[in-house]
Amino acid sequence: MSDTAVVLSESEEVKNTEKTVFGFWVYLMTDCVLFASLFAVYSVLHANTFGGEGGQQLFDLPYVLGETMLLLTSSFTCGLALLAAQRRNKQQVLFWLGVTAALGLSFLAMELSEFRHLVAEGNSWRRSGFLSSYFTLVGTHGLHITFGLIWMITMMFYVAKKGFTNAVSKRLMLLSLFWHFLDVVWIFIFTIVYLFGARGI
Amino acid sequence: MNEQSESVIVEHPHEPLSLNKYIVGFVLSIGITLGAYLLATHQSYSKNFIMIMLAVLAVVQFVVQMVFFLHVGAERKPRWKLFVMLMMLAVVLILVFGSVWIMDNLDYRMTTDQVQTYLKSQDSL
Repeated sequence: MSDTAVVLSESEEVKNTEKTVFGFWVYLMTDCVLFASLFAVYSVLHANTFGGEGGQQLFDLPYVLGETMLLLTSSFTCGLALLAAQRRNKQQVLFWLGVTAALGLSFLAMELSEFRHLVAEGNSWRRSGFLSSYFTLVGTHGLHITFGLIWMITMMFYVAKKGFTNAVSKRLMLLSLFWHFLDVVWIFIFTIVYLFGARGI
Repeated sequence: MNEQSESVIVEHPHEPLSLNKYIVGFVLSIGITLGAYLLATHQSYSKNFIMIMLAVLAVVQFVVQMVFFLHVGAERKPRWKLFVMLMMLAVVLILVFGSVWIMDNLDYRMTTDQVQTYLKSQDSL
């Protein structure tokens, strides 16, 4: 532990943590605005298929439900990792973070395979306004997931090597907020893009 | 030292995380997702009914995730997290519904001929 941290009293450290969490929360909320603009673009363009197939023909709902379940479960296991961190149980934290990362990776793999499938059939982002906005919206979420996974794997190394210093604990908390937030964004992608799309709404 | 820094880990020190809250949140979120899926694949309901119900379920899901996983409402006064979230919701709603409204209006007011003439006047297109 560094000298400054020792000087800080416990309540000051708690205050610092609350400040950091709040700052990160503000970032998450502005990220929501980024996603909102992509949702707006998708809502405007989703009917412009330029003579190609629309969501009703292209989306495979049971497959997407599988993706959603993976992500929801990973959100839960991420919470379990945070609970284990609260108990300072290193083995459990590493285990649950590992499960979360594995579920996240499976989600990403399913999404990329879906993208590859669409592109292989000639339905890439260049095909129509609908597909451009679809790939931008879903791809941006996938990119966030990718960065979340990199962060998560980094944190596993940190926990394994350094244990629970205050800095590590704080970062774990921020990571879990980020991961839950991606879950929330996906819920809206699932509803607005896939469920609405499959019913031709 | 371990004992002393124990309280630093939790996001809101006066209310530690609880397993029960995560389990309830998880069960609810899975249930709502399955409900939405079954509703969307059900053929006999009208499009409008399904659209409204799916939107309602998405909002419920949002609240569940925010309360059980992101711990909104667990903070002490002044509730800045909540205020920032409400501000975000306002911006998001204006952005999304405003865009859709304006573009629908343009679509309604412009005939296909007008669009074609306009596109032809733009050489680069």
